[in-house]
Amino acid sequence: MDYEFLNVLWFILIAILWTGYLVLEGFDFGVGMLLPILGKKEKERRLIINTIGPLWDGNEVWLLTAGGATFAAFPEWYASMFSGFYIPLLIILISLIIRGISFEYRSKIESVTWKKWCDTGIIVGSWVTSVLWGVAFANLVRGVEMDANHQFTGGFFALLSPFALLGGVVTLLLFLQHGAVFLALKTDGEIRAKATALAAKFSLGSIAAAGVWAIWGQLAYGKGWTWAPVLIAAGSLVAVYLTNRKGKEGWAFVFSALAILAAVVFIFGSLFPNVMPASNNADYSLTIMNASSTPYTLKVMSWVAVFLVPVVLGYQAWTIWVFRKRIKVEHIPEPIGLESLSVPKGTFGA
Amino acid sequence: MESLDIARWQFAITTVYHFFYVPLTIGLAPLVAIMQTMWVRTNDERWLKLTKFFGKLLLINFAIGVVTGIVQEFQFGMNWSEYSRFVGDVFGAPLAMEALAAFFVESTFLGLWIFGWDKLNKKVHLATIWLVAGATTLSAYFILAANSFMQHPVGAVYNPETGRAEMESIWAVLTNNTVLAAFPHTITAAWLTAGTFVAGIAGWWMVREKRRGNAEIATGVYRRGFRLGLWVMVIAGVGLFISGDAQAKLMFEQQPMKMAAAEAICETPDGGTPFSLLAIGDFSNDCENVNHVLSVPGVTSFLAKGDFNYQLSGINDLQAQYAEKYGQFDENGKEINYVPDLTMTYWSFRLMIGWAAFSAALALAGLWLTRKGRTPDNKWLGVLGIIAIPTPFLASSFGWIFTEMGRQPWVVAPNPNGIADIRMLTADGVTTVQGAGVVLGSLTVFTIVYTFLTFIWARLIWRYMAHGAPATVFDESPEANPDRENDPDAPLSFAY
Repeated sequence: MDYEFLNVLWFILIAILWTGYLVLEGFDFGVGMLLPILGKKEKERRLIINTIGPLWDGNEVWLLTAGGATFAAFPEWYASMFSGFYIPLLIILISLIIRGISFEYRSKIESVTWKKWCDTGIIVGSWVTSVLWGVAFANLVRGVEMDANHQFTGGFFALLSPFALLGGVVTLLLFLQHGAVFLALKTDGEIRAKATALAAKFSLGSIAAAGVWAIWGQLAYGKGWTWAPVLIAAGSLVAVYLTNRKGKEGWAFVFSALAILAAVVFIFGSLFPNVMPASNNADYSLTIMNASSTPYTLKVMSWVAVFLVPVVLGYQAWTIWVFRKRIKVEHIPEPIGLESLSVPKGTFGA
Repeated sequence: MESLDIARWQFAITTVYHFFYVPLTIGLAPLVAIMQTMWVRTNDERWLKLTKFFGKLLLINFAIGVVTGIVQEFQFGMNWSEYSRFVGDVFGAPLAMEALAAFFVESTFLGLWIFGWDKLNKKVHLATIWLVAGATTLSAYFILAANSFMQHPVGAVYNPETGRAEMESIWAVLTNNTVLAAFPHTITAAWLTAGTFVAGIAGWWMVREKRRGNAEIATGVYRRGFRLGLWVMVIAGVGLFISGDAQAKLMFEQQPMKMAAAEAICETPDGGTPFSLLAIGDFSNDCENVNHVLSVPGVTSFLAKGDFNYQLSGINDLQAQYAEKYGQFDENGKEINYVPDLTMTYWSFRLMIGWAAFSAALALAGLWLTRKGRTPDNKWLGVLGIIAIPTPFLASSFGWIFTEMGRQPWVVAPNPNGIADIRMLTADGVTTVQGAGVVLGSLTVFTIVYTFLTFIWARLIWRYMAHGAPATVFDESPEANPDRENDPDAPLSFAY
C-alpha cells in the first residue's frame, strides 16, 4: 500500500492534537480527582482549583480541535468512531459539561450546599472522563467490529473488554500522577508535601498498570518499532518516581508529560496505517487512505495547522508563564461569591 | 418515534439552548471591552464599575456557552454520521478552523482576563478582552460558513465514485454569499441581544438608584450603561434590517421553497405576492386550509426583487419543480414532500421579525427619555427594561428555527444554480448504527441537563443583576501596586 505524504502528515497531526489534549487536560483531570483527597478545608479546595482556574478551558479546546480536525481530515473515521462509540462519548460529554460548569460556577455563591454540589461535579466529571478516555483509546488499538461500509457493528458491551478496561485504569492512574505532580509543582506548603507523597504512590501504580497494558498491547497489536515508545514511557514513569522523590518537581512534571506523549505515540504507532482497525476482517478497516478527505482539503488544512498550531502553543505557553507563581493557602483571598442564590427580600420593592 | 425524529429533536434542543447563550457572549464581550477601554483611557472608575458588573455577568454566561458548545462538535458524528461522511470533506474544514483560529483564543485569553487583573500590565490586560471579543465574532463566521454550505452548497464538486461532496475551493466556501449575508445578520442580532441586556439591567438600576436618592450613581454609572446599551441596540436594529433584507433576497433565489413557506403562499399569484400579516387555519402542510386574513399586496415581491409586481412561485408549483428535478419518490417508493412545516416556518419568520423590531423600537424610546442629560425615575421604565431583556433572545431562536426548519426536508439543500448532486435529505443523514432507544436516552439526558443548567444560569444572572455594580473598585494592575511585587505573601487580588 502506498501512502500519500499528506495522509501521513494528518495522521501525525491528529496524534499531536491528542497529545496536547491528554498532556494538558490530563493534569486538570488529575487535579479535579484529587480535590477531595488533598483539599479538606475550603481554602485548600480553592487553592487546588485555582492552580488550574485560568488554564482548564484553554486545555479543553485541544479536544475540540482534535475532534474538528478528525472531521476535516478523516471524515469516515470521525463518522464511524463517533457513531460507534456513542454511549462512552455521551457519558464523556455529559461529564465534561458538568465538570466545566462546576469549575466556573463554584465561586459564584458562598453556600456550603452549593460548593458541595459543584465539588461533586468536578470530582465525578474528572474521574469518569479519565477512565473513559483510556477505554476509548484501548478500543481503537484493539480494533472494533465493522461491516464492509465501515459501520460499527459491535454493541456497547463489546467496548468493555479486559484490555479496554485496563486501558481505563491506565489513564486513570496516569492522570492522577500527572495531577499530583502538577499540584506539587504549583503549590506550596502542606498541600505541596501531600501531593508529592501521593505522586510517588500514583507513579508506582502507573508503572504497574501501564506496564502490563503496554506489554499486552505491544505483543498483541504492536510493531517492532513501537517497542521504542513503550520503553520511553516506562523509563519516563520510573524517572517521575525518582525525580519526584528528590523533590525535583519540574522534572517530574516533564517526565510525566513525556510518559503521556510516549503512550500516544504507542497508540498511534500500533494503529498505523489504520485509523480504526476492524477486528473481524482486516479488509473492513479504516485506514489513513480510505478514511481521509481529498488531497485538496488536506492541503488547505495543513497550511492552517502548520501556521496556527505554533501560535496556539506560543500563547498558551505564555499563559502558563503568566501564572507561573506557586500559590499557597495564604495567597487565597476572601471569597468573591454572593452569600446565597436567593435575591434578598425587598430588592424589587419600592 | 424513529431515530431520525429523535436525533432532530436533540439537535434542535441542544442548538437552541446553545444559541441562547452564544449571542449574548458575542455581543457582551465587545461591550465589556468598550467599558474597560473607557476606564483605561479616562481613568474614570465609574467605567471600571460597569466593566466589573457586566464582566461578571459575561463570565456566568460564557461558561454555559462553552460547555454546551462541546456537544456541537461531537453531535454530527454521533447522530448524523451519514451526513458527516457525505459533507466531511467540505464541512469539517471550517469547524476545525474555528477551533484552531478562534476557540483557542477565546478560552485562553478569557482565562488571562479573569485571573490577570493583578498580573498583566493594564493595556495588555485590556488587549485580552478585545481578543476574546474578536475571537467570539470570528468563531461565529466559521460556524456560519459551515451552516451556509447546508443552505447553499458552493465551492465543492460531487464525486460519483464515492457519492460524496468534495471541496474544490476553500475560498468559495468561506465567501459563500449566504455566509456574507448571514454573518452580519447574526452579529447584529448578537449586538441587539447584548445591547438590550445592558440597557435593560442598567436602566432598571438607574431608576432604582434615582428613586433611592442616589442620583450620583444613577446618573454617573447606570445612565452611562443604559445609553451605551441603547445606542448599540439602535445600531444593531439598523444593521439587522439591512442585512436581513439582503439575506431574504438571497434566500428567494437559493431556497424559494423556504420563502414561499414563510409566506404560506400555496398557489402562484397572478401578479405580485403579498406580505402576509396574519393567516389562520390548520397549516399542517395542507394548503387548502390556510386562510390569509390580512396581507399587504405586493410587498413580498418587493422584498424579493425590489418590484411589487414580480411573480414568485407558490408552494404547489415549487413542489412540482422539485419533484421533477430531484425525484418524486424516495428509495422506499414514498412520495417526497419538499414543503417544510408551514406552521413553524410561517410563524417563526414573523416572531423573529416581531420580537427584534419590538426591542429595537424600545431603544428609541429609551434614548428619547434620557435625552439631554435627563435621568428618568419612572418605576415602569425600570420594569420595562427587565421585561425587554428576553425579546432579542426569542428573536434569535425563532430566526434559527425558521432557517433550519424552513430548509427541510433537506439537510443540505440543493443549490439551484450549482451541482444538483450535492444535496442530501435529512432522513439520509442520520446515524444508522444506533437504535432509537440509545438516541432517545441521549435526547433525554441532554434535555434534562440543559434545562437544569439553564435554570441555574438564569438564577445566577438574576442574582448578580440584583446585586448591582460593586460599590468600590480599585486599580489592581501591577503598575498601580508596585509594592505587591516585592511581597511574596501578598494575597492574589482575585481567585475562584
